[in-house]
Order: sequence, then structure tokens, then C-alpha cells
Amino acid sequence: MTATVETAPPAGSRGPVPPAPEGSTTVTVKIRRFNPEVDSEPRWDSFEVPALPTDRVLNLLHYVKWYLDGTLTFRRSCAHGICGSDAMRINGVNRLACKVLVKDLMSGGGKATTITVEPIKGLPVHKDLLVDMEPFFEAFRAVKPYLMTSGNEPTRERIQSQADRARFDDTTKCILCACCTTSCPVYWSEGSYFGPAAIVNAHRFIFDSRDEGAEERLDILNDVDGVWRCRTTFNCTDACPRGIQVTKAIQEVKRALLFRRV
Amino acid sequence: MQFHKYDVVIVGAGGAGMRAAIEAGQRCRTAVLTKLYPTRSHTGAAQGGMCAALANVEEDNWEWHTFDTVKGGDYLVDQDAAEIMAKEAIDAVLDLEKMGLPFNRTPEGKIDQRRFGGHTRNHGEAAVRRACYAADRTGHMILQTLYQNCVKHGIEFFNEFYVLDICLTETENGPVCTGAVAYELATGEIHVFQAKAVVFATGGFGKVFKTTSNAHTLTGDGMGIVFRKGLPLEDMEFYQFHPTGLAGLGILLTEGARGEGGILRNASGERFMERYAPTIKDLAPRDMVARAMATEVREGRGCGPNKDYVLLDLTHLGAEVLDAKLPDITEFSRTYLGIDPVTEPVPVYPTAHYAMGGIPTNIRGEALRDNDNVVPGLYAAGECACVSVHGANRLGTNSLLDINVFGRRAGIAAAEYATEHEHVELPENPADFVVSIVEGMRSSTGGERIADIRTELQTTMDLNASVYRTEDTLKQALTDVQALKERYARVSIQDKGKRFNTDLLEAVELGFLLDLAEVLVQGALNRKESRGGHAREDYQARDDVNFLRHTMAYKQGIEPGKAHEKTPQQVLTADIRLDYKPVTITRYQPMERKY
Repeated sequence: MTATVETAPPAGSRGPVPPAPEGSTTVTVKIRRFNPEVDSEPRWDSFEVPALPTDRVLNLLHYVKWYLDGTLTFRRSCAHGICGSDAMRINGVNRLACKVLVKDLMSGGGKATTITVEPIKGLPVHKDLLVDMEPFFEAFRAVKPYLMTSGNEPTRERIQSQADRARFDDTTKCILCACCTTSCPVYWSEGSYFGPAAIVNAHRFIFDSRDEGAEERLDILNDVDGVWRCRTTFNCTDACPRGIQVTKAIQEVKRALLFRRV
Repeated sequence: MQFHKYDVVIVGAGGAGMRAAIEAGQRCRTAVLTKLYPTRSHTGAAQGGMCAALANVEEDNWEWHTFDTVKGGDYLVDQDAAEIMAKEAIDAVLDLEKMGLPFNRTPEGKIDQRRFGGHTRNHGEAAVRRACYAADRTGHMILQTLYQNCVKHGIEFFNEFYVLDICLTETENGPVCTGAVAYELATGEIHVFQAKAVVFATGGFGKVFKTTSNAHTLTGDGMGIVFRKGLPLEDMEFYQFHPTGLAGLGILLTEGARGEGGILRNASGERFMERYAPTIKDLAPRDMVARAMATEVREGRGCGPNKDYVLLDLTHLGAEVLDAKLPDITEFSRTYLGIDPVTEPVPVYPTAHYAMGGIPTNIRGEALRDNDNVVPGLYAAGECACVSVHGANRLGTNSLLDINVFGRRAGIAAAEYATEHEHVELPENPADFVVSIVEGMRSSTGGERIADIRTELQTTMDLNASVYRTEDTLKQALTDVQALKERYARVSIQDKGKRFNTDLLEAVELGFLLDLAEVLVQGALNRKESRGGHAREDYQARDDVNFLRHTMAYKQGIEPGKAHEKTPQQVLTADIRLDYKPVTITRYQPMERKY
């Protein structure tokens, strides 16, 4: 692996860059690059980018893509932490690029700031920061993430008390960004593990008073690749951009398995 | 090139697309082609709620909801469609609940409801609690619930397949839709999908503006594709500016915040909406609130160092209410502005939010070829469609309702059509148009940069075609957009590869944005009146004599059944022709719009 610092714009980029906004400072964005079409192995590219303290890391990536190197590839959509497209490893921790502000990454004491951006770990890299999400979604689908009921449907809505609704509120917030799953050391080493996100989504139904599929899901999660793989490192909880108590949810599923009671 | 054959192809996996897929997928062989992974769509960013006259917390009925929708849309709403939407709203909400959607509950365990802009009791007497909600994550819950149910029903998705064209085959009954052509992002391969029916559910085009609540990916692809086929777009000049975007950023703060009691204040702390809408004040429809805010700022009563925003005051609601009912917007404000709404009012300003116009459809979701005829086999639903249930201004929550009611209807109609019909032969060389767009982009050495054209487009649109418009500003916007279209012909990309070429993707998206910006501005120039979201300072009154009718815009000289014979350049540079379509009026004669 070689570190290269780009001083001149890469071949093919054209025209001047837009003027740096007032109050901006120059930060170095160091990005892990890999395009299997042309590269035999990954490398690091560094770019000098003008940044405002309130800029999101996503803004910096856009600056690189739009003005310095159009081949830089990543996913993004909503740009405010709702769609879950832009999970990345930023300065070594999993974050959404649209939810991390530059001011929270600035070096103190007037030192130059370098922000490193890598793809999330544990999923195959397709190109640069863009990974294959299919194994992640496969694990999600495997826990039967939908309401299971039996008997005739009521004419009106099912009745659910406010307390019952609150019981699974935390895990309804999941946006399937994969920050948690790809921060889990167990997932890195044993890709067959369902991973935190799948368990969170199982939890969302296991603890929903309207659902009757808890037994089925608990059986799935009792599997060798299920909840027992969790080593309670709390990486997932730290990584969740929605503030879900992921480890707690996993523990609750474990407890439900031990006592067969939800 | 790869070839596929399905009964129904659905383009887009947001709320409308997945709602359609759940219906079509259970009836016939269905594929969903989507530019984004499912659950990434912008339905997930909707916050406040979905209205239905459940009357769970106070008296309400669908007729009041219909009236509010018609009046909110400044009488440009097709009233038969609005009535269907308000009636079917009740089942649409109950269906979602049965699919598992975790609505907030009343103390009795029923679906809770809250107030929302323009939704009133008994034709405007007072605000009514009609919006069913799940905290301020209603769209997120709808998107997740629909995807969960797609998983349950084994719906087949083609993820990151970017549809760039539809296939229209000329028959004795006129043009018929026979398939779609997609670009596979992972490989750069072109795929032709032959289908009996195609449902467009591709969302809006907020990225023509700089300050917008919309996602980067909302570039109006579906509308653009249909328009380039010589098919009409309806009422494109009506674009909604949501009053409460985070100032300077455009990130949405739900109207539900005002539904829960939030108050807009100007620099002197005045609750200024009392002057503009004495009865329902901060809960007036969005167009009125957005104009009121713009007026306050213009007249020097704005807040902040540049006096360029107003304040959304939630401090009197208390931490508990914010935490239980508005947690996400509380977090957005903290994260992006560093302001805690529990203790400080939040700087807000209107943000480009929603296209009322789009692909004209009837109430079955069938796309229209002109005022009277449909294109058999072609359907549209959601923001990309114009039924028209939103008229000149959409009421809050009615978009989540629209995607569920008309997504479902389009899915059923497409599946029924597919069951009753055989595949029609594709036109010759169906992928040629897409191949020439993609290859043209890859080989272009023109030297124009995507970001420069896009930034200039967004700048002129924000400046000249937003909340307030005049002949002069609109002419400026038109001149700018047309000049940018010329430059777009010379746009070139740096990434020449096949694998996940998002540089190419952005270049193609920009082409759609330019096309749609031009239609928006042309329609706005032509509509010499003020109605709903379209406010002309030089024509401040609503003019029912001349303009109580829908605008229908066409690309001139392109016959739908022969559009595939044109080159991309011919299609892109075709002039726009405007026509009109009558408004369907059933129960409610136009009246002055006061709140």
C-alpha cells in the first residue's frame, strides 16, 4: 500500500475550482481507493479541500468528486441521516458521511486536519467507498422482518397500548445503513454471523405485541450464526447514527431465548 | 445487452413503487427496477403524518378532507380524484397498520392523530386532528413497512438499475408501452425489459433548486423520460416550498411541529401568521406560510445577522413532547445548526419541497397521451404523477396518502391490464436511444463540468423561480436554463469506466433536471395569475376566467410512437408547446381562499 499526496489535479479534471468560502480552512481528505477494473490493490489518495466547520464530510467528498476527481465513487442520497446510503469508516469509526461535521473532526491548536475515509469493513468493496450490500440485506431478510399474524384481520386497526408501542420503539428507528453490523469484530471475522442490524430488526417484531412470529424468529437467531455470537463489545451501539441501543436489543433477544418469553 | 420479460415492471422503490409492487407482485410476474437500494428513497424523509378521517380523536369525515384538499390546492384539484383519495385514505392507513406500521397510539390504543396545515373541521372552522403519525418518522415507517412487506411477498428487485427510457410501440390504437430500458450501475450493461405494463414511481425533481429538502438523487428521471417521448407533463409550474427548512440548509422540519403547537416568529418575536391567516394561523397551507415568511424577510422583519430567516419556536412545548413526538427534527436542529429546540427557537426558511405537477394520469394511474387518451400499458403514481389531487398546492400529509392510495391503484390497474393483454412487440432496436446517451457521455470531450452547470441551474432557479416570481425573473431563468442546456451538450465526464460509474449517472441526471427546469419556467411564464404555490407579483390575483385549467406541456415535434427514431440531441433541444386541460369540478365551486 502506498500513500500518495495529490498536488496537481488528476488527469482529466478541468477548470478552476470554485473560490473557497469565507471562514473555510483547508483540510486533507485521505480516501481509500480501489477500482477493481483498473487497480490490482487498494491505495490511499489525499485531496486538499476547503471546508467550513459546519460542512458535513459528505460535502467534502462531493467537492472531491465534482471538482478534483470525478472517478471517486460512493453512495449518498438524502444527505441528512435518514436514507442510510453513506455509511463509511471516518477516522476509524463507522459514521454516516452526512451526519459528521468537520468541526467535530478538526485538530486542535491550529494543527493541520486530516480526515481519513474508508469503506465500511466486512463487506466486499465494489469500488472506492461503495461496498456490496447484498450479504447485509440477505441477513436482514433471513430474520423474517415483517409482521406475522394469524386468524382474521380486524375491520379497524389492531389495538396496541402506548406502553406496548413504546416497548419496541427504539428498534423501529433502524435505517439499514450497516454502520452497526460492519463495526462488529465478530462480523468481520465470521461473515456468516447475522450481525447486529438483522437482530435489531428481529427485535423490532419480536417485541411488537401485535406480532405472532417471535418463536420462529427466535429459532432462527438461536442458530450457530445467531445472537450467541455477540461478544457485547458495544461497537454497534457506538456506531449507530440513529442512537439505537443495539447491544441492549441483542441482549433482550438473548434473554428472550433463555427464558422463551418476550 | 441483456433482455428480460415480465408482466409488470415498476420503476422506483419508494413508497408509491413498493405499494404498487405489493399489489402487482401478488397478481402477476413483477419486477421493480430502482436507481437506489430500496429503503434509500426519499419517502423515508417524510416526517409529519398521513391524513385520513379516522375520527379516532375527534369528529371528522372524508368529505371535510376532500374539501380541505380542494381548497388547499386553490381549486386546481380534480375533485373526483381528491374525493377518491380522501375516501380511500381510511383503508390506506388501516392497511399500513395491518402490514405492521407502528403508529403512535391514543390512550385507548387506537391510531393517534394530530393537526396539520390546512386540515380543518367542517370546511375551515378550526384545525382538526387528522394526521396519523409515527413520531416525526412517518415516512421512514411507511418506507420500512412497505419494504418489509415486499420481502414477505418475495418481490423481485433489480437494485441500482437506472431506467433511462421506456419503449413505446406504435399500434393501430396509437402508442402502447411495451417495456423499459435500464442501465445497470454495477456493470454499465444495458438491459431491455419487455413488459405488458410499466409503472413509473420515480419521485420528484427538487434538485433543480439549490435550497431543497430533496435528496441528491431526486432528479425527475421518470418525468424526464416520459417528456422526452413526446408525452405531456401537467402543471409543472406548481412547485411547493415548504415553510420550515433549516435556514441555509433546506433540511425539512415537519409541519407537525406546528401541528403540535409550534409558532413562527419574526425578529420582534411577533407571531406574524396571525396577520396572514387569522383563523388557523401557523397551520395555514404551505404556500401561504411560505409567502408570509418571504414577505417578513423582505420587509426587514427577518432574524439573524442578515435578517434572512424567521424562527420556529418550540420552546414552550417542553422536552417531553419534543422527545415523544418530534425527536428527529430536534436532533437535526442540534446536529446541523447546533441549536437545541428545547431551549432556543430554530432558524427556518422556505425550502423547495414537492412537485404538484408531473405525468398526467387518470384515477387508475394510467398515463395520459393527451387530454382524452391514455397510453395503454403506461402508469404513474406518487410525486412523479399528477392525478391531480394536489392542484396548485399540496396539503401536508397528502403526499404520503397519495403514494399509498394511487400506488395501490396503479399496481392493481397495471396487473389487471397485464392479465388481460398479451405482450406487444418492442420497437426495433429499443436500446439505441439509451446507448447513444450513455456512449455519447462517455466519449464526450466537450469540457463542460457537471457541477458547474448544475450549480448555475440551481442558483438561477432559487433566485428567479421560487416563492415569488415575475415576468422578468422568469425570463431571466428561461434564458439561463436554455444557455445551460446548450452547454450541457458539451458536458463531459472523467470516469470513463463501466463499473459503478456515478460520474456518468450524475451527468444523465443533470440532463433531466435541465429539461424539467425549462418546463417549470415556461409554464410559470405562461400562467399570468397567482394560484397556490405559483405566486406572480405582476399578476397577484387568481384568474379563474383564464387559468382555472391545467397546463399541459409537450416537447414539440416528437410523436410518442416514433420518438425512438430521434437522436438524444434532437429530443433534448425540442421546443416546448403548452396546452390546457380542464379541471374536474364536482362538489365545490371556486371560492376565495381565506384561512
